[in-house]
Amino acid sequence: MTTYIGLIPAIPFLGFLILGLYGQKMHGKIAGYIGTGAVGISAFLTFMVAARYLNGLPEIKSYTVTLWQWISAGNLNVNISFSLDALSLIFIFVITFVGFLIHMYSIEFMAGDERFSKFFAYMNLFVGSMLVLVLANNMLVLYMGWEGVGLCSYLLIGFWYKEPENGYAARKAFIFTRVGDTAMILGIFLLFLNFGTLNIHQIMQQAPEKWMTGSAIATVTAALLLGGALGKSAQLPLQSWLPDAMAGPSPVSALIHAATMVTAGVYLIARTHILFALAPVVQTAVAVIGAATLLIAGFSALAQHDIKRILAYSTISQIGYMFLALGVGAWSAAVFHFMIHAFFKALLFLGAGAIILALDEEHDIFKMGGLRKKMPVIFITYLVASASLAALPLVTAGFYSKDQILWYSFSSQSGGLWLWIAGIFGAFLTALYSFRMVFITFYGEAKTEPSMKVGKLILIPLVVLAVLSVLGGLVELPQAWGNFRPFSNLLHNVLPATTIHKKEGLEVVFELISATIVLIGVYLAYLFYIKKPWLVKSYEHSRLNEFFYRGWDFDKVYDVLLVKPIVWLAEIDEKDFFNWFNTGVSKVALFGNRVLSLTQNGKLRWYLMSFAIGIALILTYMIYR
Amino acid sequence: MLTVPLKILLLFAGTLFLLGLAGLLVRRNIIFMLMSIEIMLNSAGLVFIAAGRHWGQPDGQVMFIFILAVAAVEVSIGLALILQVYHHYKTLDVDAISKLRDHN
Amino acid sequence: MNIFFYIAATVAITTTILAISRRNAIHALLNLILSLLSISVVLYLLDAQFIAALEVIIYAGAIMVLFIFVTMILNIGLENKQEKKWYNPRMWFVAAFFAGILFLDLILAVKNAQIQPVAAQVIHSKQVGISMFTTYLLAVEIAAVLLMAGIIGAFHLGSQEKKVMHRFLEKK
Repeated sequence: MTTYIGLIPAIPFLGFLILGLYGQKMHGKIAGYIGTGAVGISAFLTFMVAARYLNGLPEIKSYTVTLWQWISAGNLNVNISFSLDALSLIFIFVITFVGFLIHMYSIEFMAGDERFSKFFAYMNLFVGSMLVLVLANNMLVLYMGWEGVGLCSYLLIGFWYKEPENGYAARKAFIFTRVGDTAMILGIFLLFLNFGTLNIHQIMQQAPEKWMTGSAIATVTAALLLGGALGKSAQLPLQSWLPDAMAGPSPVSALIHAATMVTAGVYLIARTHILFALAPVVQTAVAVIGAATLLIAGFSALAQHDIKRILAYSTISQIGYMFLALGVGAWSAAVFHFMIHAFFKALLFLGAGAIILALDEEHDIFKMGGLRKKMPVIFITYLVASASLAALPLVTAGFYSKDQILWYSFSSQSGGLWLWIAGIFGAFLTALYSFRMVFITFYGEAKTEPSMKVGKLILIPLVVLAVLSVLGGLVELPQAWGNFRPFSNLLHNVLPATTIHKKEGLEVVFELISATIVLIGVYLAYLFYIKKPWLVKSYEHSRLNEFFYRGWDFDKVYDVLLVKPIVWLAEIDEKDFFNWFNTGVSKVALFGNRVLSLTQNGKLRWYLMSFAIGIALILTYMIYR
Repeated sequence: MLTVPLKILLLFAGTLFLLGLAGLLVRRNIIFMLMSIEIMLNSAGLVFIAAGRHWGQPDGQVMFIFILAVAAVEVSIGLALILQVYHHYKTLDVDAISKLRDHN
Repeated sequence: MNIFFYIAATVAITTTILAISRRNAIHALLNLILSLLSISVVLYLLDAQFIAALEVIIYAGAIMVLFIFVTMILNIGLENKQEKKWYNPRMWFVAAFFAGILFLDLILAVKNAQIQPVAAQVIHSKQVGISMFTTYLLAVEIAAVLLMAGIIGAFHLGSQEKKVMHRFLEKK
């Protein structure tokens, strides 16, 4: 058991090493098969580990394996050690399994790319780092994985670096997440300062004993960790990097910017939920940020033309739901939505990638249209995923996960009516924009002809993920429908159950309300984008919509508030005394170089002569002294 | 038994050395420069012998043998280099071999 | 005895001057051999018979023969025009100037030196051998390694057919 836990992240790293060192020499798709195989082995090991873990329940709730000591300095002892419990099990399952499907898809998607093997090397590195992140038993190891996935995100967004915009998007993503990471590392310092250890398990045990609920230190620490989570998960106010991150290849968007990395913030908060419980202010902030983000991103998603940017804003919005759930203490609901979201959003990105591939790099949904008949498999899977995203009642997995969040946002102890209203309005927006996307892309008249048929390696992952997007919800049914809740029961080994203070009978009523609202949203989408497009013509061209299109002008605000002043300061700084001193040193050195290099003219006799002069001078001085 | 004072011997060796140095400075032909170096090495060895005899120590002669070894190696390498240089540049002019100069 | 020394020293200096001033390389080399032979006479007079023999065998024999060989291979022994161009008599002034300064320094240094008169002793080559293989054993080993390096280096540099040259010397 414990050996397998260590092997799960090790095998993708091995794949990275092989591909990084020898990938250039591999012909054809061998590099792709190696990369996919490495993640596949990890997925297989994950299934074995999961089976044993479920067997061992309820006696053994977590397994810890210590591989070696990493740092030992003073009283700072950091071991490379992994710990497996229900929370990390679900995460590694999603990472390896969805990761495997996406790798498989990439073999065909990236075929013919001149940096084919590099792509798989980076992807394997990403999977390995992400597994380290979720398996880590130690804040520093977690942070290592955290930075590792950030690096891979940077490398893969800028994968097609020959376009300058892609490099710009990669840097933007890196810098935005770095703002959050800096807050997070400060939080980790605070944890070490207060507990003298970085072991997550020990910190979580000691925290309630040492810190009072609502005390300043707990609030500050939780807020700093939240900062890291906000940056990584693209939540308000650090959300504007994610839409630009769509510059990367579509499988990258599916794996990193939908399924796994951007949910690292959710994982972090769930993992350190005890700290957040000790800081109610911060936890409320999590809920409020989540609610605000899901609304803002929902409006922006409604205004986009680029199919991948729609999905990017939709991802931000869905992670907003997860944050809402975390904020109201519905830990397992957040993780549940994470898993379902990983299935359908990965599917959406892969489907979008397939469409873009078939239409020769066409991103604009208004130039697609009528694709329903030309690519039926992609259409059906895309429809399933969109329905799941919109949370169509009963038939889709998204319904079960999102409804749970909506119910808890109202009924849990820290929930409230306003949070629920935000959530339900977000659900309406989600239904509207996801079906807007489907209707415009697949219905109507054809505007661009597909230039190729996609192959099996692309279609198989789509079908598998579509099945999961429908059936995935059955692992957890609403409370009112009887007590079939294996998912929550599994997670309650690690995370506390949600405390509910409203009447339980209300749940069915709330479900009916949200189902109705989703259906209204779908119908309105049908009305606006197929039946009577003229109804929304004026809105589409309104200033408000353009404001939403630009992502609520967050970039402009940052530009005015941060970038301009810093550039201004830098320009002043450039001319100050210290800089004069620095350039002076280099100028003197250059001058000296020019003078001395005159003596080095390559003429041997010149050297000899100077030699002789030197000897004559020194000897004469010594003798006549 | 030779009774020439040590000072005379030193002057003799020094004169040889300076002749070698002068040759080194005057000539442009690498072969002549190498010859001048030989002269200088030899005169240094002569000083060792004279000094060793003056102090009654064998070390001077030992040093001469080392100098001999160094000179032999230097000549063999130097001549091989000269052959290569001539092969490449078709000249023995030391001023022509200035590729190592600093381009500025 | 001393007269022999003065004769040999005069011959040595004269032939050395001729060696460094001849335009013809073969003439210069033959002069240099003469100079080395007369130095070996001086060494003999200094009671270093073994060293004198080595001087004749290795310097005048082996090393100078090498020089002559190379000179002949390159076929520059006879009067050539280049040498006339390169051999600039004006350089003699410069060289003589520095050499003269150093010579003055030398005379002064020798004149001022306080040398205790010690009875000159004869050092037998047996003593030299014992000293070499006890006190200077390490130096002997190092000299052996140096000679080895010289052999390999000369072999490597001298092989022309394969055109194995240092990569920086390769013509573009």
